[in-house]
Amino acid sequence: MKINHRGHRRINTARADQPKTTGRRADKWILRLYVAGQTPKSLAAFANLRQLCESRLAGRYIIEIVDLTKAPQLAQNDQIVALPTLVRKIPAPIKRIIGDLSNVERVTLAMDMDPAPGKK
Amino acid sequence: MNVARTHKRPGARKVRLPGPPLQLLKTPTGIAGLDEITGGGLPAGRPTLVCGAAGCGKSLLATEFLVRGAIQYGEPGVLMTFEENAVDIEKNVASLGFNIPRLIAQKKIVIDHVVIDRSEIEENGEYDLEGLFIRLGHAIDRIGARRVALDTIETLFSGLTNQTILRTELRRLFGWLKQRGLTAVITGERGGGQLTRQGLEEYVSDCVVLLDHRVDGEVSTRRLRVVKYRGSTHGTNEYPFLIDETGISVLPLTGSHLNYQVSNQRISTGIRGLDAMLGGKGYFRGSTVLLSGTAGTGKTSVAAQLVAAACRRGERCLFFSFEESPAQILRNMRSINLHLENHVRQNLLRFHSARPTTLGLEMHLVRIHKLVDEYRPSTVVIDPVSNLQNAGNLADSYNMLVRLIDYLRKKNITALMISLTTGDQRLESTNEGMSSIVDTWLLLRDIETHGERNRAIYVLKSRGMAHSNQVREFIITSRGIKLVPAYLGAAGVLTGSARLVQEATDRAATRRDEEERERRQLAFAHRRRAVEAQIQSIRAGFEAEAEEFAHTMAGTDLHRQDAERNRLAMEKSRQAINGTTKMRRE
Repeated sequence: MKINHRGHRRINTARADQPKTTGRRADKWILRLYVAGQTPKSLAAFANLRQLCESRLAGRYIIEIVDLTKAPQLAQNDQIVALPTLVRKIPAPIKRIIGDLSNVERVTLAMDMDPAPGKK
Repeated sequence: MNVARTHKRPGARKVRLPGPPLQLLKTPTGIAGLDEITGGGLPAGRPTLVCGAAGCGKSLLATEFLVRGAIQYGEPGVLMTFEENAVDIEKNVASLGFNIPRLIAQKKIVIDHVVIDRSEIEENGEYDLEGLFIRLGHAIDRIGARRVALDTIETLFSGLTNQTILRTELRRLFGWLKQRGLTAVITGERGGGQLTRQGLEEYVSDCVVLLDHRVDGEVSTRRLRVVKYRGSTHGTNEYPFLIDETGISVLPLTGSHLNYQVSNQRISTGIRGLDAMLGGKGYFRGSTVLLSGTAGTGKTSVAAQLVAAACRRGERCLFFSFEESPAQILRNMRSINLHLENHVRQNLLRFHSARPTTLGLEMHLVRIHKLVDEYRPSTVVIDPVSNLQNAGNLADSYNMLVRLIDYLRKKNITALMISLTTGDQRLESTNEGMSSIVDTWLLLRDIETHGERNRAIYVLKSRGMAHSNQVREFIITSRGIKLVPAYLGAAGVLTGSARLVQEATDRAATRRDEEERERRQLAFAHRRRAVEAQIQSIRAGFEAEAEEFAHTMAGTDLHRQDAERNRLAMEKSRQAINGTTKMRRE
């Protein structure tokens, strides 16, 4: 993962050939991950999130990474206290998870993601 | 590893590290009284913990510290609030006359409201509070803040579950604040037998201030105590404090020493006769006068005379009334020809009326201090001090009065305290036991004789001046107060109509004496004239005799000369003159 110097990076995995509605609730997920530089925790959180999204939301998710060391003014808007913080912007309602997302099962539950395709 | 923890942002304020400081640098809070207790303020560049139960004024203290820093000391500040939002805080302190939105617009204050909603947050794996650091750091850098308030950071403990992480991060936060040289106020809720519920005092150990809100006998009093102040001496007592329309005022009570300057100037009591009793000049300026007496002896009237005299000299007076309303006092004083309302209009006289029971004793004291500081009067009247007991117990009210007297003496303010003595009490004592601390003690009493009650005044003591030992009768007329010497005679001390009767009797006796004297004088004059007439007639007889005698003597002389001439003529005719006879004749 590379985080650019504007402190903001979008990873868009949506592809035109993917079916539009496979989720229960939404076509597209927008997830925002707040980090502070490339600390082990933020790297771990990103890796865990990426893996999870690929398995559950392949092709219909966007991960925005906000590096607060580059853009500290963004911390107030989303009420960031702990890092890393994952914010589910879409679908509503907004949900937050703090931590390195090491417990994948609980992330899926908390984020209300579809069960893994393999398990269906 | 910890990139985020050691990063340096451009514009970050360099920590100022002066050479080895001889004394701890202090940051004034601007809060009245607090800087006095702490000897100059909170430790500069260090965090201070302010703890107390709910509603004790922690948040206000933190906010006032920031606002006063921004306004009075040019030190911008960041308020990170975990409980109230910015709008609420603006409203809260707007009532104290602080315009937060303007300070924000002027980049002197930043308010960041941190919301942690447990229901919205899921914890998953390792995390830290770097987000909080970044927010705080960003806010500080935006305005170049020198002061920080965190209110109440313990809310984090209810929002997040991982205590280990929280504690580590809090320790790091306080270290970080210290490292950046920020003077911080951190508030914490009291509880669980500790100073703060989460034991924040473990982390913030430089200075701990405890606020308390106690209800004692249905009267609540806020108190402040500096529990700890590393590297500095500080007042260790519990100091009462007041929250009113100008913010927090702490009253440093026992900070006063007996080393004030005294004045030799004398000021009139407003009553000529009383001035005469006090060495002809009245009270010392800045002295404490106790005026005690039973009900209806005219204590307030005597006080009002002093006030009126001071106002006529163009000096300001402050009248604390714990029994009557200002309008009532004004009306009553009009009846003795004192028009105090004119002085009120000229802003030379201000009344403050309150029931003693509305506040605790300390609160009264704080309020009196505050008003005195604000108004800067030359004379203060407290009518009556005996009533203040109702707001506390005897020992408390004594302490309060001692503090008050010390304070007023230090400011060279003449104080007149009125004390009501009840009938069953010895006159020459006061409930408050304050007789030994006052400079001048006047006693008003009534003397009941011949079916009437009359007022008498005497000076029980008056330090540093020759004062009268007389009991004077003291008459309140529609033209003012008049002192007349009481009748002291064989019949004892007489007052009122008895005195008048006795005086009339005396006058009659005097008149009788005078008539008798005149009569005798007249008789003597007659006698003198008679004697003189006699002398005149005797002298006339004598003079006649003397004339007769002279005449006779003259006749004898002529006769002798004739005889001589005849003899000479005879000698001549005989021509028998011898030599010797001739010689002798030549």
